[in-house]
Amino acid sequence: MNIESQDFYTQIILSMAALVGLTSFLMLGQGRLLRLIFMFAVQGLLLTLTTAVAAYSLNNHHLYISAVLTLALKVIFIPWMLRNEVLKTNLHRDVEALANQTAVMLGGASLMVFSYYVLHPIVQTTSPVMLNALAVSLSVMLLGMLLMISHKQAIAHVVGFMSIENGLFFAAIVATKGMPMVVELGIAFDVLVAAVLFGIFFFHIRSSIDSLDVDLLNKLHEVDK
Amino acid sequence: MIPAYLLLLITLVGIVFFGFTRHKADMGKINVWFNAVSLFATVWLAINVFNHGTILSAEKAFLVDSFNVYLIVLTAFIGLTTSIFSAPYMEHEKELGKLTDNRLKLYYSMYQGFMLAMYLVLTTNNMGVMWVAMEGATLATVLLVSLYRTPESIEAAWKYFILCGVGIAQALFGTILLYYAAVQIGDGENALLWSELFQHANQLNPEVLQIAFVFLLIGYGTKIGLVPLHNWLPDAHSEGPTPMSAVLSGLLLNDALYAVVRSKMLVDGATHSDMAGYLMMSFGLLSFLVGALFLHRQKDIKRLFSYSSIEHMGLMTFAFGVGGSLATFAGLLHMTVHSLTKSAIFVTVGHAAQVAGTQRMDKIRGLIKTQPKIGWGLLIGTISIAGFPPFGVFTSEFLVLLATMHSYPWLTLPLLLGIGIAFAGLFRHIQPMVYGEKPEGQQPVKANLLPVMLHLALVLWLGLAIPSFLANWFSQATVLISGSSPL
Repeated sequence: MNIESQDFYTQIILSMAALVGLTSFLMLGQGRLLRLIFMFAVQGLLLTLTTAVAAYSLNNHHLYISAVLTLALKVIFIPWMLRNEVLKTNLHRDVEALANQTAVMLGGASLMVFSYYVLHPIVQTTSPVMLNALAVSLSVMLLGMLLMISHKQAIAHVVGFMSIENGLFFAAIVATKGMPMVVELGIAFDVLVAAVLFGIFFFHIRSSIDSLDVDLLNKLHEVDK
Repeated sequence: MIPAYLLLLITLVGIVFFGFTRHKADMGKINVWFNAVSLFATVWLAINVFNHGTILSAEKAFLVDSFNVYLIVLTAFIGLTTSIFSAPYMEHEKELGKLTDNRLKLYYSMYQGFMLAMYLVLTTNNMGVMWVAMEGATLATVLLVSLYRTPESIEAAWKYFILCGVGIAQALFGTILLYYAAVQIGDGENALLWSELFQHANQLNPEVLQIAFVFLLIGYGTKIGLVPLHNWLPDAHSEGPTPMSAVLSGLLLNDALYAVVRSKMLVDGATHSDMAGYLMMSFGLLSFLVGALFLHRQKDIKRLFSYSSIEHMGLMTFAFGVGGSLATFAGLLHMTVHSLTKSAIFVTVGHAAQVAGTQRMDKIRGLIKTQPKIGWGLLIGTISIAGFPPFGVFTSEFLVLLATMHSYPWLTLPLLLGIGIAFAGLFRHIQPMVYGEKPEGQQPVKANLLPVMLHLALVLWLGLAIPSFLANWFSQATVLISGSSPL
């Protein structure tokens, strides 16, 4: 597969896939929460652009609505909410010491290889472009999970959670040219409600353990200590 | 289709009503009425399906066939009986100072929200909407798990939110892959409709569907509580209010399994291999055994029964995985009897915890002497869930065993072992709680055990004889799922 021989739309999609994957790696190694949130917003912006390009090239108008929804939710509302939370709790001065950073980054790289391995069988029936798009989506999801595992702050967990959604969204846009409208609206609604609930939870967690470090949420055990 | 629309409308009105109501004193009773009207709508729907067979709504948005119709009625029934239990129970919790009026408003509003999500999961014909509704069920219940605002409950709710959210995201990836396979053979807007997919299953790309099923199983499996994705379940059950545990165990787990079985039907049609079945069998068997073993180590009575739920959900997943007509029939029956029994048990457990003032099992003693109805309710419920004849759980477990003996004889050994371990695990804890002397000063509480008796009577009835219309639906659903008739 030679990228110059592809049409314009495919080239854009492939570049976007690469950039979205890159932002996931940048988030993974980020110990400062404000930068983490910024990278998340950048990832959201890339998704918005991908959606808009897809809407334009495929002449599919309902994708414009998706693009606007993504812009409003993932680039503006959620990063704004998380940023406020960070500033309110004075977490922006701390740099989270990430344990085993090298191992985490290497793990991230192997997850990406793993995604390609898992999805490789579909190459028999479709174009290699699709494999790239789907494999990047899957690895963005897996990297989101790794981000949640390697970070301790509840805010980083929310960023990881939402970046998993980003991976899914990318797959839906690129591989299937967007889900049916009703499903897409439903998903956007769920994301919105989830974001609001996370906001409520930050408040509860802070009033309960006076911190947003989820490692301190350790009262429930299988057996008594 | 009118009753299905009515059903969704009622619950939607319920959410808004409890959000803005001023009748703070009567909310429990009003909730009962909402659920009673829902039950009426589902019975109406069931009669329609009984008379006319499968119903597909005008734009094919909703589908009610013999597989989901009884689950819909079951959902409404357990929703109603649990709301009958919940009214005095939540009142009591308020008197203890654990709750405020506003939180009760949230509770009742989200109770209806949860019911809406469950009805939507069951009635929708669109695999994407099914996912949205399943995620909606998490969102509706997450604030209920942390309703008491104790550090433990907030921890449990956070865990529930994150684990189920991440888990269910996998199911969305599976759904996207499913859609991807479907748009290759058909047009966009209808490509996620289950009825369309099922009709054209053999044209779907088998490679893509195999990968999709893995994601769907992991995603919805998190909600079923399959080991090793089960960690949220005991925490959420033990820290949330008891009526929530009853509906989570009785309804949510079932509906997640329903989603997996619907997906399996598509994958089986496309791949003509047993891959989906083997995956479900191994996850199911693992959950069954781990659930049974963990029963022994529990200290908290609600955790005990949530592990029992994991064990039973494992058995059902196993049964659907074995496939074949007999195992599928058994799985369908087990879904029904387990929901009825488990929600009855959680109702009794809620009362028992109020009697003793704690959920710790070593502090709960002498229930029969304090309040015989609760003591006997708990004992009979446990006998039923452990799979003793003549209760319905025995019938379905026996059928699962029989089917396993037929298809995979070696697997009967771990199954029998698991049933034995689970039985011992339950009774070593229940025996001292119901019998023995009561601690000083232990007083009976105001309790309405009508739901418990009703549920257990139904389970007994299903154990002795299955009414013909239900048997008819079960066998039609079996034909639909497994391709052959059990009779």
